[in-house]
Amino acid sequence: MSATLRHAGWVLRGNPITAVAATGVLLLAVLAIFAPWIQPYDPIASNVRNALQPPSAANWAGTDQLGRDILSRLIAATRLDLAIAISAVSISFAAGAVIGSLCGYAGGRMDRVVGRLVDVLMAFPLFVLAMAMVAALGNRVENIIIATAFINLPFYIRFARAEVNVRRDAGWVEAARACGDSHLSVVLRFLLPNILPAMAVQISLNLGWAILNAAGLSFLGLGVTAPTPEWGIMVAEGARFITSGQWWLVAFPGFTLMLAVLCFNLLGDGLRDILDPRMRT
Amino acid sequence: MIPPLLQVEDLHVEFATRRGRVQAVRGVSLDLLPGATLGIVGESGSGKSVTAYAVTRLLDRAGRISSGRILFRDQDLTRASEGDMRALRGGAISMIFQNPRSALNPIRSVGRQLMDALGAHQDLSGRERRDRALDLLRDVLIRDPERRFEAYPHELSGGMCQRVMIAMAVACDPALLIADEPTTGLDVTTQKTVMDLLARLTAERNMGMILITHDLGLAVQYCGDVAVMQEGQVVERAPAATLFRAPRHAYTRRLVAASPTPRSTVQDLVGEPPRPPPPPRPQAAGTPLLLEVRDLVKRYAGFAAVDGVSFSIRPGESLGLVGESGSGKSTISRLICRLIDRSEGTILFDGQDVGGIPARDFHANPLRREIQIVFQDPHDSLNPRYNAFDCIAHPLKRMLGLRDGAKLRARVEECARRAGLPTELLTRFPHQLSGGQKARIGIARAIAARPKLLVLDEPTAALDVSVQAVILKLLDDLRREEGLAFLFVSHDLNVVRMMCERTIVLQQGRIIEEGDSRALFAAPCADYTRELLAAIPHFDPAPALAG
Repeated sequence: MSATLRHAGWVLRGNPITAVAATGVLLLAVLAIFAPWIQPYDPIASNVRNALQPPSAANWAGTDQLGRDILSRLIAATRLDLAIAISAVSISFAAGAVIGSLCGYAGGRMDRVVGRLVDVLMAFPLFVLAMAMVAALGNRVENIIIATAFINLPFYIRFARAEVNVRRDAGWVEAARACGDSHLSVVLRFLLPNILPAMAVQISLNLGWAILNAAGLSFLGLGVTAPTPEWGIMVAEGARFITSGQWWLVAFPGFTLMLAVLCFNLLGDGLRDILDPRMRT
Repeated sequence: MIPPLLQVEDLHVEFATRRGRVQAVRGVSLDLLPGATLGIVGESGSGKSVTAYAVTRLLDRAGRISSGRILFRDQDLTRASEGDMRALRGGAISMIFQNPRSALNPIRSVGRQLMDALGAHQDLSGRERRDRALDLLRDVLIRDPERRFEAYPHELSGGMCQRVMIAMAVACDPALLIADEPTTGLDVTTQKTVMDLLARLTAERNMGMILITHDLGLAVQYCGDVAVMQEGQVVERAPAATLFRAPRHAYTRRLVAASPTPRSTVQDLVGEPPRPPPPPRPQAAGTPLLLEVRDLVKRYAGFAAVDGVSFSIRPGESLGLVGESGSGKSTISRLICRLIDRSEGTILFDGQDVGGIPARDFHANPLRREIQIVFQDPHDSLNPRYNAFDCIAHPLKRMLGLRDGAKLRARVEECARRAGLPTELLTRFPHQLSGGQKARIGIARAIAARPKLLVLDEPTAALDVSVQAVILKLLDDLRREEGLAFLFVSHDLNVVRMMCERTIVLQQGRIIEEGDSRALFAAPCADYTRELLAAIPHFDPAPALAG
């Protein structure tokens, strides 16, 4: 374990951008986990007398049209947005990696059928598909997760398929079979762990995308509904006040959203270097 | 006194790595007269390739010539500008690399690539270039050059690709040709034609050649002088004939001893007194054969890779399977190992028909642990995410159901010791181990479940000769002590002769010749076997061993 940490430290020192991104992700995680204790005010308690106040010492990010503290709402929203993104990505990763690995290893008819289905799915405008799914399944947070997971699935299937395909003829795969492993066990115990480092990059990039996707759906009024604090809703609600000069309603949630996505995207490459045992010497 | 063509003086090359600077070449001095041939021999990591790359200034980004001079026709190449070097490379100095297929551009026909090479250094019209390219293809003995001109690299065999590479290398009449392991990965008969061709071309055109190789026999046969490198230094340099007849340096002596010859035994290779061949195990009349293969056929899309092969192995016996690439020897080893399904024929193991069990179900068969395999590439056969302990423990967990920590650990450590792997290395991952150590892990894993038959698929092909010697000795000892039967697959006839009592020679999926190893090598019946034996580069160290 200490070797892993030492190696992570080495990668981060040589790659300051990854270090910054990792710090950002860590900060977001801390905010999400400890949100109820960190947020200075109740994120949904309105106080009309204090509405639309610009950033001040009392309200660092100002207040919105109902007098709610924007900073508190941002912190509370971190928790919800990360939860949606992480659950959606976990589902599509787990399902996609298993389906893709099996296709890549077995080849043949199953591979062709799944491959064509994936092609069909990818031909849809994915965001519109997600909107339709949420609209059809019902306006609930779980359905945002399901829709986001579903539209991400093809990427994981393709990725896992390609990564397994180049490794299926490796000597250690044959060796595992000579040691008494069945085909299924070779895929699950040998090939899947070996494609994880490459998948980790995809996961990190995908998390940023999933956050954007969830925020986008909420912005359109699908999924999360007011008064629940969520970055997309906050941008949607604040948009009405830009013209009257109350910029802080949109700027802070928009900026947070951008930073979160950026951090996850930048983390990808560094993650691959950290997780690959061959990079350690 | 003719001035030397190339003079390397006290060359130092270092590489910047995570652990600081590593000296790859430490004070190498060499010289080469015009038209002379120099062999640089050494094992992996000895710095022989780095020396050559330094001469052409093709070191990768991390490498740097830290001191020394490289004089080529009195020009110091260490100070030459990148533009001067570009004019020299492919012009006055050219190189041939190890893997010809990857050195050629896959999406351009070989004729066009030859024309490109000609155009890079000479001002010729398209017509002239085409004619010159065809001449070159003729010079490297490519039949029907007009047709081959339009061929893409993937349409040519490895040997043909290497001949095209040679044609490109000599296209601009270089004064110096550097050949870096030009025949590694080629069959012995192909190796012979390629090397004969190189020797003829260099002699005809008065080119100086530096041949970098790990094969002592090859260096002796084709070079005037040979320099032996170890750990970045030239430890000995002498005319080829005397170097191996009377090696002076201890390392050269060890290297010479470790190289298999038509007469050596496994014990000779590691400098031990010879042992008698393992006594034939008492065979009561009617003792079943351990393995019996009858009329085995494996077809891939209609093409028969294995075409009606029959043989048998008695318990404790070692059978050699020899053949060039495409002979079906690897396919047979995987069929016997029940990793792939046969198309026709029977495989009887211990009297039971195992050929009929689909390969996908064989993992659950109790006979799975009786047939184990050691793979060719020790690195590729180890899971990159398993450390040495996990690799060896894997078959024990799977096939013997060992879960108990202490018992498992004891058995893994025992197997590691049997395979000569220090137990403190068990926590290391494959990329942290040397080739020889990885080979030992592969062997420890194969013997862990105490099999009766060990299939060895070119177990030493990827190893240096000194490591090969030790591994062969280890395998020989294992066989004597554990009573294992071997199916020893190899392209190296000398190795098979030492390791096996009987030998089968394969060609294109069929058995060409079969018999007692000694008799077969002493007096081969089939023309093909004779051709194979004649193609092995050899040197004669007998006087050195006697003195």
